[in-house]
Amino acid sequence: MVASNASQEPLIVLDKVNKFFGDLHVLRDVDLSVGRGEVVVVIGPSGSGKSTLCRAINRLETINSGQITFDGNTLPAEGRALARLRSDVGMVFQSFNLFAHKTILQNVTLGPIKVRKEKPEEARKRGLALLERVGIANQADKYPAQLSGGQQQRAAIARALAMQPKAMLFDEPTSALDPEMVGEVLDVMTSLARDGMTMVVVTHEMGFARHAANRVVFMADGQLVEQAEPGEFFANPRSDRAKDFLSKILTH
Amino acid sequence: MPVFSDPANFDMYVSGFMWILKMTGASAVLALVLGVLLAAMRVSPVPVLRWFGAAWVNIFRNTPLTLIIFFCYFGLYATLSISLSDDIDLNNFWLGVIGLSVYTAAFVCEALRSGINTVPAGQAEAARAIGLTFSQTLRIVVLPQAARAVIAPLGSVLIALCKNTTIVGTIGLLEASNIMKQLINDNGDQVILIFLVFAGTFAAVLIPVGYLFGWLANRLAVKR
Repeated sequence: MVASNASQEPLIVLDKVNKFFGDLHVLRDVDLSVGRGEVVVVIGPSGSGKSTLCRAINRLETINSGQITFDGNTLPAEGRALARLRSDVGMVFQSFNLFAHKTILQNVTLGPIKVRKEKPEEARKRGLALLERVGIANQADKYPAQLSGGQQQRAAIARALAMQPKAMLFDEPTSALDPEMVGEVLDVMTSLARDGMTMVVVTHEMGFARHAANRVVFMADGQLVEQAEPGEFFANPRSDRAKDFLSKILTH
Repeated sequence: MPVFSDPANFDMYVSGFMWILKMTGASAVLALVLGVLLAAMRVSPVPVLRWFGAAWVNIFRNTPLTLIIFFCYFGLYATLSISLSDDIDLNNFWLGVIGLSVYTAAFVCEALRSGINTVPAGQAEAARAIGLTFSQTLRIVVLPQAARAVIAPLGSVLIALCKNTTIVGTIGLLEASNIMKQLINDNGDQVILIFLVFAGTFAAVLIPVGYLFGWLANRLAVKR
């Protein structure tokens, strides 16, 4: 790969990806490419394979066939090479998964110190700045269980950002939140998108998909059924599955 | 207490319990180190290590400690001529510590493994997602939380270890139970008193240990 055309090359490419859980075919020949700086929102009914797709990108789920490349390289199978790849891909989980025995600031600085070998003082400064950015700098010395869900999820985003990732994966980041806390998390994600972060977001938040996504990908039964710009997708879904899905969720 | 007012008897009593304390201390440290390693092996992705950890636990957890201690003496020392000290007492002490450690490590391993199961899978996933290696994930994220969850059971393992050290008396070390036997032999008229003093000494030390571990377990519990 020549360095000069690196920026045109898609950052994430899935090629004919298949995944089974036992007999269940959760990903069927999925092809998807995500450009640099692009925000792709994945929507679809429960059990359609959205989360599996998202988790396969940093190999938290292994795949049975096909190929996934990140930044020009095929995902390593295991070991240090895989750890290095994961350090470049931020991940935000539905259940936050903050390290329960560490403070919020320690959660954010752990990766930079242990993986990137940054000096603790430097990592601390950057960590505090990131917590400031997501609006919870005053919670730095508390433990995760002392924070609200929205605050925990914002801390989790800060933890992922602390690694200065090339892309961020969001696996239903607002699904476990009380309704009044969804907004604060989406605000952080929207500002990230605006700053040019490459993002793959699995979500049920259609508002976010509408205003922050460059592209909406609709999945059903493990297949990538259709993809389009959000305006186009919500106004004129082409497939029956998408029409059916949208009619169910947009009527309320 | 006529028996213990004799300074010679009192010194025997003290020296017996000193052996118990030393064996407990040395074996606890070794068993903890070994137990952590074994637990790490049992959850590792490497089949050979998992197999080794499982084999260790199954062998030593299911063999009576008396047999293990006998093996250390008759097998390691008498047959294989592995001598750990020129001093006969110290030699028996270390043979006993080896037996106690390999035996207790199996229980420490299983306690820790049950603790690992209390740590939500998401914790390890989040650790891997920021690029920590398998061993970093285990050392920095999973084991510290697992250990806090099993402080109380580890306290029970420690208490059992302390009492188990008396079995080393069977290979000749003059620890507390051997001393007790000797004092009873020499003072047949004060059997009950001697017994109560020895049992009471164990209880006086171990009951607070139990409460200490219970207190620690509460204090260090991970809030979720």
